[in-house]
Amino acid sequence: MKLRTFKGGIHPPENKHWTSHKAIEDCPLPDEMVVPLSQHIGAPSVACVEVGQHVAKGQEIGSAKGFVSVPVHAPTSGEVAAIADFPHPFGTSLPAVVIKPDGEDSWLSNLQFTDPGSLTSEEVIEKVRLAGVVGMGGAAFPAHVKMSPPPEKPIRTLLFNGVECEPYLTADHRMMLEESERVLQGVSLLQYVYGAERVVIGVEANKPDAIALLKKQCADTPVEILPLQVKYPQGAEKQLIAAATGQEVPSGGLPMDVGVAVHNISTAAAVADAVMLGRPLIERICTVTGPAIKEPKNLRVRIGMPLSHLVEVCGGFVEDPGKIILGGPMMGFTQVGFDVPVVRGTSGLLLLREDDVTKAAEGPCIRCARCVQACPMNLLPTAIAAYARRSLVEETEEYCAMDCIECGSCSYVCPANIPLVQSIRLGKAAVLAKKRKALL
Amino acid sequence: MIAAILSLGCIGMIAAVALGFAAKKFAVEVDPRELAALEVLPGINCGACGFPGCAGYAKAVIAGSADLNQCPPGGAEVVARLARILGVEATAAARQIAVVVCQGDNQRAQLKYRYLGLEDCTAAQKIADGPKACPGGCLGLGSCQQACPFGAIEMTADGLAVISREKCTGCRKCLAVCPRDVIRMTPYESAVHVLCNSHDKGAVVRKYCQVGCIGCHICQKTVPQAYKIENFLAAVVYEQDAEAFEAIAKCPTKCIRDFNEGYPAGSTFLPAGNNKSDAA
Repeated sequence: MKLRTFKGGIHPPENKHWTSHKAIEDCPLPDEMVVPLSQHIGAPSVACVEVGQHVAKGQEIGSAKGFVSVPVHAPTSGEVAAIADFPHPFGTSLPAVVIKPDGEDSWLSNLQFTDPGSLTSEEVIEKVRLAGVVGMGGAAFPAHVKMSPPPEKPIRTLLFNGVECEPYLTADHRMMLEESERVLQGVSLLQYVYGAERVVIGVEANKPDAIALLKKQCADTPVEILPLQVKYPQGAEKQLIAAATGQEVPSGGLPMDVGVAVHNISTAAAVADAVMLGRPLIERICTVTGPAIKEPKNLRVRIGMPLSHLVEVCGGFVEDPGKIILGGPMMGFTQVGFDVPVVRGTSGLLLLREDDVTKAAEGPCIRCARCVQACPMNLLPTAIAAYARRSLVEETEEYCAMDCIECGSCSYVCPANIPLVQSIRLGKAAVLAKKRKALL
Repeated sequence: MIAAILSLGCIGMIAAVALGFAAKKFAVEVDPRELAALEVLPGINCGACGFPGCAGYAKAVIAGSADLNQCPPGGAEVVARLARILGVEATAAARQIAVVVCQGDNQRAQLKYRYLGLEDCTAAQKIADGPKACPGGCLGLGSCQQACPFGAIEMTADGLAVISREKCTGCRKCLAVCPRDVIRMTPYESAVHVLCNSHDKGAVVRKYCQVGCIGCHICQKTVPQAYKIENFLAAVVYEQDAEAFEAIAKCPTKCIRDFNEGYPAGSTFLPAGNNKSDAA
């Protein structure tokens, strides 16, 4: 049987063999942890502790401000050493709380097991919000907002994203293999909240062990395990919806416009922890990998651990890294140094050698239309990029630049090495700036 | 055959009469002075006047809702010609030109990391606030050069934007695209500028730049009325800068510069026969 997928996309080398067979290891605590107050899309949280104060593991250290915002919690017990601006994975310095661990690693005392059967869906959503759960695929959109769709847009299909289409990353893969029970608890909780008719976990066919395991465990449940053809960017929300349901999210719309909600499988596990154990989101699985690191690993890391600590735990470098990327090679964020901390959206740390990073000379567009074929959003990358580079904001917008998901497929296939997605991103920023100006 | 010629001819005649009638009946009155004013304007639609292009400005001038001296690229000549069209007296605003207040090229200023991305300053600024260690220095990727409609900006081989005093018309397009606000508008008459944009303390500046202002106050002590220091950064007080040049030799980091004596190193914008640029 032919596996389902979406239109467009590319096949970059997977490079998952570095870590796909390695069990998740617990990362030891560092001497100091920097917990940024802005780790999600939406308003940053505000520090609610003082310097010198002792905090317990899981204690709220930053409170949410507004609906699209979540609180931040202490990743371990210890003393608050500072509240100041620190380098952030986003590329600038942002407010953060520094915690010196006391080594006890003791949880808040009032955490207890809750039977999910006794909760209403509003209570579940409130628990998810208080636990600071955000989408863990990378965008870090607050989960409680996604879980409260307006009543006129009912969710018929609940999709779980176990695709992990980014090369190198294996965090979700290991999660499904080793912690499938947590994941499936979260899946049933979310199904309860949405009341969806159909529940699907989409997994790419390059993870046959995870598919077999989940299929076995879901044998008597309505949860459907859907193997998908291996293709990048299948893990993108709209592409996963197209692959799994055949529906297309309208331009500028959201998945709920077609009656679908998509959550990452790691988010489901975090929801289960939050609702049943009352534990906030303070840790995640992170793949530390790449040719420049001595021992690539899948680590269970706490939010706030500096990257330098992760590197140390993985045995240091084979040779000095030429490029540091948080996330995968296609959509990850390049970092300047190792002093930034792990945040909720950090799915991987990729270290490439100097030789792996080449800057090829740019040539003229030869009109081969490979970018057009590769674009999973059916856009014309070459046209949008050309407009964006000439600062023609109206034309950029007219060619639907705002629908670009910045997957980088166009730049990947371009034989002339034109920085297409990079230019489109600038164009999008210009369009947004213009819209903001028009509002003022 | 004849029928065809006749019928087509008739249709043509009727259409011609109708069109001729419509042209007279629905003619849009255009002030001939507006066309004359448009003729006078430079026609580059730079937008420096704040109106949508030269046509928009011409309309506003004739309607009386805009001053005559709002076209920086046109300068004094355009003001005079517009005044003649309107039959009024007018004086040009003092000519303003743009200056890149930074000399820290890749030779003299430290980099935080090697930037391999898009050749665009705004894109570079998004990665850890730009590759330059200095938070205010010129990134040297040429976004201003691309934005300049007059070819008045060049990039030196070591990555520094330099603006020609003669070619710059003061349209401010470069100011709009610079992500680090390192370009300033200055009076054309003033050739002495402090070329630094870092508000860091002196010890910090020295670490990342050989030619940055360290806020030592020597310039102010030498010519008190011509310099002010705010937040560890000196600036020329352009209203009273007649003697500002006297501090140039005293500046320990050589960040004060007289553009009459030449442009920063590597620039090809040299006044004829009078270049004491440090490139030599």
